[in-house]
Amino acid sequence: MKRDAPPVPPVDRDAPRPWPWWPPARSPEAVAAATAAAQPSSDASFGSVVDGTLDVRHGPVLYLDGITVSFDGFRALNALTLTIDAGELRCVIGPNGAGKTTMMDVITGKTRPDTGTAYFGQTIDLTRLTENQIAHAGIGRKFQKPTIFERHTVFENLELSMKADKRVRKTLFARLSSEERDRIATTLAQIRLTDAADRQAGLLSHGQKQWLEIGMLLMQEPKLLLLDEPVAGMSDDETERTAELFLSLAGTHSLVVVEHDMKFVETIAKKVTVLHEGSVLAEGSLAEVQADPRVVEVYLGR
Amino acid sequence: MRALLQGLALLCVVLASPVHAVEPALAQRIAAGDNDEKVAVLAKIVAAADPKDIPFLKALAEGTVTVDGKPVEVTVNNRLRKEIDGAIAALKLVDPDHDTRLAAAKELSNGAEPSVLPAVRKALAVEKDAEIQGLLASIAASLGIRAGDKAERLAAIKTLGSSNSPTSRALLTELKDEPDLEIRAAAQRALKEVEGRLAWAERAGLLFAGISLGSILLLAALGLAITYGLMGVINMAHGELIMIGAYTTYLVQNLFRAHFPGAFDAYLLFAVPSAFLASMLVGMALERCVVRFLYGRPLETLLATWGISLMLIQTVRTIFGAQNVQVENPSWMSGGLEILSGVVLPYSRIVIIAFAVAVLAGIGLLLAKTRLGLFVRGVTQNRAMASCVGVPTARVDLWAFGLGSGLAGLAGCALSQIGNVGPDLGQSYIVDSFLVVVLGGVGQLAGTVLAALGLGIMNKLLETWAGAVIAKIVVLVFIILFIQKRPQGLFAMKGRSVES
Amino acid sequence: MTRYFTPRGWTMLIACAVVVFAVFPVLNLVVPETSAFHLSAFWVTLFGKIMCYAIVAVAMDLIWGYAGILSLGHGLFFALGGYAFGMYLMRQIGADGQYRMNMPDFMVFLDWKTFPWHWTGSEHFWWAVFLVLVVPGLLAFVFGYFAFRSRVKGVYFSIITQALTFAAMLLFFRNNTGFGGNNGFTDFKRILDIPITTPETRMALFAITGAALIGTLLLGRFIVTSKFGRVLSAIRDAETRVMFCGYDTVHYKLFVWTLSAVLCAIAGALYVPQVGIINPSEMSPANSIEIAIWVAVGGRGTLAGPILGAFLVNGGKSVFTQYFPEFWLYLLGLVFILVTLFLPAGVAGLLDKWKRKSP
Repeated sequence: MKRDAPPVPPVDRDAPRPWPWWPPARSPEAVAAATAAAQPSSDASFGSVVDGTLDVRHGPVLYLDGITVSFDGFRALNALTLTIDAGELRCVIGPNGAGKTTMMDVITGKTRPDTGTAYFGQTIDLTRLTENQIAHAGIGRKFQKPTIFERHTVFENLELSMKADKRVRKTLFARLSSEERDRIATTLAQIRLTDAADRQAGLLSHGQKQWLEIGMLLMQEPKLLLLDEPVAGMSDDETERTAELFLSLAGTHSLVVVEHDMKFVETIAKKVTVLHEGSVLAEGSLAEVQADPRVVEVYLGR
Repeated sequence: MRALLQGLALLCVVLASPVHAVEPALAQRIAAGDNDEKVAVLAKIVAAADPKDIPFLKALAEGTVTVDGKPVEVTVNNRLRKEIDGAIAALKLVDPDHDTRLAAAKELSNGAEPSVLPAVRKALAVEKDAEIQGLLASIAASLGIRAGDKAERLAAIKTLGSSNSPTSRALLTELKDEPDLEIRAAAQRALKEVEGRLAWAERAGLLFAGISLGSILLLAALGLAITYGLMGVINMAHGELIMIGAYTTYLVQNLFRAHFPGAFDAYLLFAVPSAFLASMLVGMALERCVVRFLYGRPLETLLATWGISLMLIQTVRTIFGAQNVQVENPSWMSGGLEILSGVVLPYSRIVIIAFAVAVLAGIGLLLAKTRLGLFVRGVTQNRAMASCVGVPTARVDLWAFGLGSGLAGLAGCALSQIGNVGPDLGQSYIVDSFLVVVLGGVGQLAGTVLAALGLGIMNKLLETWAGAVIAKIVVLVFIILFIQKRPQGLFAMKGRSVES
Repeated sequence: MTRYFTPRGWTMLIACAVVVFAVFPVLNLVVPETSAFHLSAFWVTLFGKIMCYAIVAVAMDLIWGYAGILSLGHGLFFALGGYAFGMYLMRQIGADGQYRMNMPDFMVFLDWKTFPWHWTGSEHFWWAVFLVLVVPGLLAFVFGYFAFRSRVKGVYFSIITQALTFAAMLLFFRNNTGFGGNNGFTDFKRILDIPITTPETRMALFAITGAALIGTLLLGRFIVTSKFGRVLSAIRDAETRVMFCGYDTVHYKLFVWTLSAVLCAIAGALYVPQVGIINPSEMSPANSIEIAIWVAVGGRGTLAGPILGAFLVNGGKSVFTQYFPEFWLYLLGLVFILVTLFLPAGVAGLLDKWKRKSP
């Protein structure tokens, strides 16, 4: 993403919208933003909505500013402000109910914030896009509970998540090219599921499912990976390998890892953010935050 | 033998009747004169206002009058017949019997000939009863706007202007071509007043119809709000549980008619709990045998319970036949409350609204205050957790489903009082009641209430200008558009619990 | 997942085609009526009818078995297709109706002097074909657009589709709607100016229906074995994940939903000339739910299963309603319950199990 993207024109909320053959899943603004964002990308490789416009010239890949989300009076996120730099591996920790999952919901478009802005790079306004548009823009997410396609084979799971033209017409006539097969094979090797390629995904062990989901994420070729408790249910050996994988990804990718396993956090984290009651309580290296008296109080209580 | 005696008695009466008060001269004129002459004589008889003339008039209407002891044939055409009927009614207005007077006044207020006006005024002067007085005044006014001098007519218009009946509106409207400008203006003013009041009456009637339909929808949907809204079980046999409630009411009614005809008016007191119990038992059996195996698989539950509904329908058809059965209202529920002339609120509907409110209050208390309610709410929020803290979830499911089914039975009992009871009764309510629950939002009693009333009133309002079918379609389109804005219904909980 | 049409499957398909295109015509048209092997018109019509149902079942399976969306309103699309084509058939009656007027009898009866606007052009065959495809397709598209966009799912969706078909039924029951009210359309005389009741016409319609069924099956196979089909079943199993993979699930659902509706409409259009009547009761909610049970009996998520299910349930219905009419509803109800409780994969699943046990 070294290319200089021209500035994106401001989105005109009231502009008349042509009737789309395939309708948008959300508001007109979302479409307007998406098309506006897609226009400058001359080399858009597969006609996706926003691919190719991620602008990280100024460093951060993700800006969250003053995000507030409330559910029936309960504030899950309270003016949360957070910045992730390109290529960074960030760990987010915090007690239960601190708003970690809700933060991921906001970033991936599952939950709309009541107030606040969320930008991916300099130009992509996440609050206006749908889940699939955000996924196209280059954000991949792993859920707390592994969600894979249990009735498909491992191979098909990877095939479906592979970066490709994901519109209806193209999918109907899609055939796997040999390069694509190679890519799937590579990922299968990476997540050590080559032998299980033709097994039904639902039959895998919990740790294997976690790996498969990570593999699916990799197939999407995202710029930013959000990983919610990726090593839960893994053996020590598997955890170690996951850590290696994440460290190898950092630099070319940006990663946000939510994790309770402090040993794991210690191995991978350079910078740690502590969330508490919906906003950032502390930020810094693991040692720094662990020394912070406020963090100690939150975790241990009085 | 008896018939013969009766015949003889009748003959004696007929022979004795010629003793009447009509002067022979007048009778002569009636028998011989032309129609105008006859009308003039009738007017005289009416003006005399002697109830004793009634038999003579009745005989005249039959086509014979007795002149000097001999019966004479008289041709009675339509115009004359009308005049005679009016005259009879006018004479009855001064009858000593209260009910006869009332009946006569009612008859005349449906349309009277101008010739009876003097009789009406005379009767009005001596009438003591307020109800009859009111009727007479309005008759006098409706006749008076066309007859008499200007002052009299203006007074009549004023009286009409303060009345509420659609007939006064029609009468006043007729005056719009009146040559006398002053009278015309007075008529216009009076018309406006009447129309304003009538519009309010119509609106009130419409609102009542809407609330009434809403209360019926509410009763039908309340059970669903428990089984579907709280438990998440989609019970397509809900309509048939309603039907079972209605048939139970029918059986109780038959039982009372056969064995306690004296207490027939009280049969509903027994029908209500019986309907509740019958539907509850069927519902609980259903839960034990089918539904409990399908928790968490809503689409399968839908199909299986549909199968049950088919079997229930066929069972009822086999036992009671495919025809509708008659369920009679107790006498205290027939008739209605007339809030304004022309707007009648049937007692049966009022009772059902009150019943719906009572059932709603009962179920609200049950859920909020009792242990079962606490358990039900707990299980619906977090089944696993509730089970961990020792709530017998299977038993709670059973009773909650029974409760929802019992409520369907109550709905059936109510429906039997206002509509047909047949094997297909439930089918016609199932779609509507599901829409109520969907619109109201799952798991929210308040939402269900609002949705039921809203849909009821909306349906009735639309019906007045678009007809029932179009109204239904508009309501459906409205619901589809509404859930665009609020996919979870009117009162949905927002939160993380809606994880896919 | 790609195990549809093994060599054995292809053999079966070809065998069925031979039955439809060769055995039936020969037995019905060539073999003399006196012969024991003669196939009467009753059987041809019955099989033709059930093949129409089988098309509907496959269409339902695409949307329910593969995409996990249970529609309780597919009877509406079926009936709309039937009505669209029925209009043409009514025009073909010409002046041979009871009133000897160049207008459908019900319009004469209602004392209408001109055709209502929506009958414009209905005398043209190709316009009727166009309507058959477009009207239900458009309705499904618009309805689906609103429903899927607002993420109406599962039981909610089912209930709303049921309400949709219920409302349409009320609409078509009205005389003023211009579709013959209660009685609907019947007493057809000709199709493409050919008398409709001759054995040859009947056989031709039968063969076309057979071809349509085979075409539907092949189309279904193409869809479910494509990547599109895998996305569809992924939506059924984990829709959120599909969205986070970057697929716009609304488009996918809308496509298969509209396609399914159009297939139903085609089946309806083929059904009407063979059965000779279409009326609003085809739109009753009960009919639509019955479609679901054909699919469930046969086995959802397979393509041959729903066809088998349509034949089993409707064959059973024909037998029972003739010999023990009062027991049919009991049996149908029982089938609903037993299949959902004990046979979630349907007959196809059962056969699969047997096959695997005794290879």
